[in-house]
Amino acid sequence: MVKKALKSLMLFGLSIFALTGCDVPVLQPQGPVAEKQFHMIIWSSILMLFVLLTVFTLFGFVVFKYRANRANDDDYEPDLEGNTKLEILWTTIPIIIILLLAIPTVITIHDSMKNPSPDKKPITIEVTSAEWKWLFRYPEQGIETVNVVHIPADRPVHFVLTSAGAMNSFWVPSLGGQMYTMPDMKTELWLEADKPGRYDGRAANFNGENFAHMTFTVVAQKQADFDKWADKVKAEAPALTMKEYKKLLKPGLVGKKVYSSYPAELEHASDMDMPGMKGGEASEHGKH
Amino acid sequence: MNMENIKDFLLHDFFVTGEPMIYMADVAIILVSLAIVFVLTYFKKWKWLWKEWLTTVDHKKIGIMYIIAALAMLFRGGADGLLMRAQLALPNLHFLNAQHYNEIFTTHGTIMIFFMAMPFLFGLINVAMPLQIGARDVAFPYLNAISFWLFFFGALLFNLSFVIGGSPDAGWTSYTPLAEKGLDPGVGENYYLIGLQLSGIGTLASGINFIVTILKMRAPGMTLMKMPMFTWASLITSVIIVFAFPVLTVALAMLTIDRLFGAHFFTADSGGMPMMWANLFWIWGHPEVYIVILPAFGIFSEVISTFAGKKLFGYKAMVWSMIVICVLSFFVWVHHFFAMGAGPAVNSFFGVSTMLIAIPTGVKIFNWLLTLYKAKIRFTTANLWALAFIPNFVIGGITGVMLAVVPADFQYHNSYFLIAHFHYVLIAGTVFAVFAGLHYWWPKMFGHMLNERLGKWAFWIFVIGFNVCFLPMHFVGLMGMTRRLYTYPADLGWTPWNFIETIGAFAMGVAFIIMVYNIYWSARYGERDTTGDPWNGRTLEWAVSSPAPEYNFATIPEVKSLDAFWEMKKNGEVEKWRKQPLEPIHMPDNSYRPFVISVLFFIAGFGFVFEWLWLGVIGLIGVFLCLALRSFEKDEGHHIPVEEIERTERAAGRL
Ligand code: HEM
Ligand SMILES: [Cu+2]
Repeated sequence: MVKKALKSLMLFGLSIFALTGCDVPVLQPQGPVAEKQFHMIIWSSILMLFVLLTVFTLFGFVVFKYRANRANDDDYEPDLEGNTKLEILWTTIPIIIILLLAIPTVITIHDSMKNPSPDKKPITIEVTSAEWKWLFRYPEQGIETVNVVHIPADRPVHFVLTSAGAMNSFWVPSLGGQMYTMPDMKTELWLEADKPGRYDGRAANFNGENFAHMTFTVVAQKQADFDKWADKVKAEAPALTMKEYKKLLKPGLVGKKVYSSYPAELEHASDMDMPGMKGGEASEHGKH
Repeated sequence: MNMENIKDFLLHDFFVTGEPMIYMADVAIILVSLAIVFVLTYFKKWKWLWKEWLTTVDHKKIGIMYIIAALAMLFRGGADGLLMRAQLALPNLHFLNAQHYNEIFTTHGTIMIFFMAMPFLFGLINVAMPLQIGARDVAFPYLNAISFWLFFFGALLFNLSFVIGGSPDAGWTSYTPLAEKGLDPGVGENYYLIGLQLSGIGTLASGINFIVTILKMRAPGMTLMKMPMFTWASLITSVIIVFAFPVLTVALAMLTIDRLFGAHFFTADSGGMPMMWANLFWIWGHPEVYIVILPAFGIFSEVISTFAGKKLFGYKAMVWSMIVICVLSFFVWVHHFFAMGAGPAVNSFFGVSTMLIAIPTGVKIFNWLLTLYKAKIRFTTANLWALAFIPNFVIGGITGVMLAVVPADFQYHNSYFLIAHFHYVLIAGTVFAVFAGLHYWWPKMFGHMLNERLGKWAFWIFVIGFNVCFLPMHFVGLMGMTRRLYTYPADLGWTPWNFIETIGAFAMGVAFIIMVYNIYWSARYGERDTTGDPWNGRTLEWAVSSPAPEYNFATIPEVKSLDAFWEMKKNGEVEKWRKQPLEPIHMPDNSYRPFVISVLFFIAGFGFVFEWLWLGVIGLIGVFLCLALRSFEKDEGHHIPVEEIERTERAAGRL
């Protein structure tokens, strides 16, 4: 029942946007994480639509019916002051609505901290935001990219995020919600793309002058294509030297870049344990 | 320093140069200042200005000054909003550059919250609350003047950044480490920190002042549960202020110490904790949201009940739901950064606590609807604003609940969906409320009515423009448009929506101009309010003449029930009350010191902004000197003799 209602509502919502011919990534999820969040969006929208319609109807009714210049105002009751039954009613109904919303919320919160597809082997990618670019490091492949991130499709990706400057937030709306990047701290984000494709990513938290241009592309590829790409980068791209790395961290805009390796000094960052991370505490590591 | 150095400093660091818009502002500021000086001199009004306004401790005059300043700030913040909307009307525009846009959204947000919404509400509280409880002033009139002047000079200092030194540009939230010196050199952020610090101290003092006033100065017989709803809202708001503002004071001070003296409370390195700023800011910031919405709820309760001609439905439930909201408001702050990596337990707690706020808020909405049930609704301009609040605010309320759904919030956060949400609560809540309150209490402040025809034009244009501007923002948010973008590419499908939004924004601008014209028109030609009770009111402010006399009540009425004045009228007790014998009335004396202290604070603040510590210290020494002198002053007030009261009452046609 609920499933069916959900489906038809989704179709309705999507068709509105289809009419205007535009992409609405949040409502067109391309992976399991975005899909779960999308379900929560739809479910909360349905409940809230019910609230909205109730209030609008009652409002329209009383404002029209009880206008001062109506023909017959015998029903005017200036001293009406309360009704316990009604008050219990409109406290109970919201409580029920909140319960209907809170329970799936809490369940989904717990799910979203885990691998969305536990039966598949995840790949880890480290993300660093800087002024105004995104750096991606692939500890398993030993390569690094800037402003473009390749991921294997149909495989969960475990992003480990930090910042080399101001705070930022890493957001790929087609694949799922955002997660902040913060200096001296690590956060995690699980995403997965169902199909190969290119997805827009954005910096979501303001970090100064060129914030608007701080976008990146997610390229999801079949595993075999991804491996081929990584091998090619390994073989053909230039190495990322420490000097180049420091240059990258300076404020400014750069294009998309790929590097066949990253400096050994930065290696330890990958096996950093993350004890305080979940509580949002600063980690002792990565101090500079 | 040689001449070259001084010239270099003035042209590069002191005055903001190179922007035509800023030169225009410079010229406008100079012309307006000259015009004011000319008018005051020509009409010989300097003494009047000083005696009647700058040194006044009368709560009604202070309230009016708050409102005038807030209207000016609404103009400034609104102009910022329109500039942003102009820049975003089409993709890739070069109307504003990135830096300029970043400054403008920062000043827009900061001014609207600190220098428009709060002072506007404080103005209305100042005007109406003491009258509603049958008092002759607030508990500490001198402190009240200090609160106002600190707000005024804090706002002045903040606005100065536009032409001197450069505006802050790290958002109204001023997140660290972006707002630290390393990533944001220059004086802009200092203006933010010190301007808010000054006005924040004033706000805290107001909170204490209002609490004491309401608890100690009610007319005989007015028990807590017989207080008007707006007074209740003011009381609860003040309690929130007293608990929340010290957090802001401390956070601002810590960031100031970081920036001025090189400490590391919130820096990214040397052991600082950037995220601590976010926590402190929102521990104050969420309660702040309720500081600007609860008085609004109070205004709507008064206006709806008056123009429904009915008792407020569910009075007790209304009071209790505000108390519950007050408590809950301190336990939800993490919802502003669910995506900062907190664990599932933390996010679940704050998600659910946020949803819970919907319950008392829903109770209030239903009580307003039931107040309208079996009523006789008069569609005055004031009531139109109050009625429009219900459906529009509900849109903001339901998106608020949607934002509390943590996994979904990861998709809405930092997007235009969020911008749409908070403008639906801030505009449909706070702004509609201050407009309703302005029309409602205008006769009590000035003795004449605002024109209804102009008022209704402004109302409809504003409400339609508001929805045209902010409804589409929900959709562009879902399309991936993040907030604080100075421009966007053409190929994402955002363009038509943004264009529509800009049209709506300018409609609101037109409505504002009509409203200001209405103020001018009504001052000249508006209908006089000779009765003191133009709306057939329910609460005590309508028992006195319009405008209210200096001493408010010639004799203090005895309160027997809720809606005290309504009951007096119903039981035919008004004449009897007016004929009570008069006695001399004790009133506080004016004082120049609140103004002077605040000027000294302003000078100190300016010094700290430019990190000229000598100037800061001189200013502060002046402040302490003033405080010391005050402690030697005998301030016993004065008595208004019976003859003068009689004369005033007779002039108002009351004897
Ligand atoms: C004329 C009416 C208004 C217009 C056209 C308007 C427009 C906007 C726009 C377009 C933004 C987003 C800027 C961006 O993220 O790039 C914004 C942000 C904001 N607005 Fe408004 N707004 C209006 C009224 C108000 C009012 C009345 C308030 C508060 C009472 C308010 C409070 C804020 C705040 C706090 C922000 C966030 C600023 C930041 O990101 O630091 N606005 N406004
Ligand atoms: Cu909040």
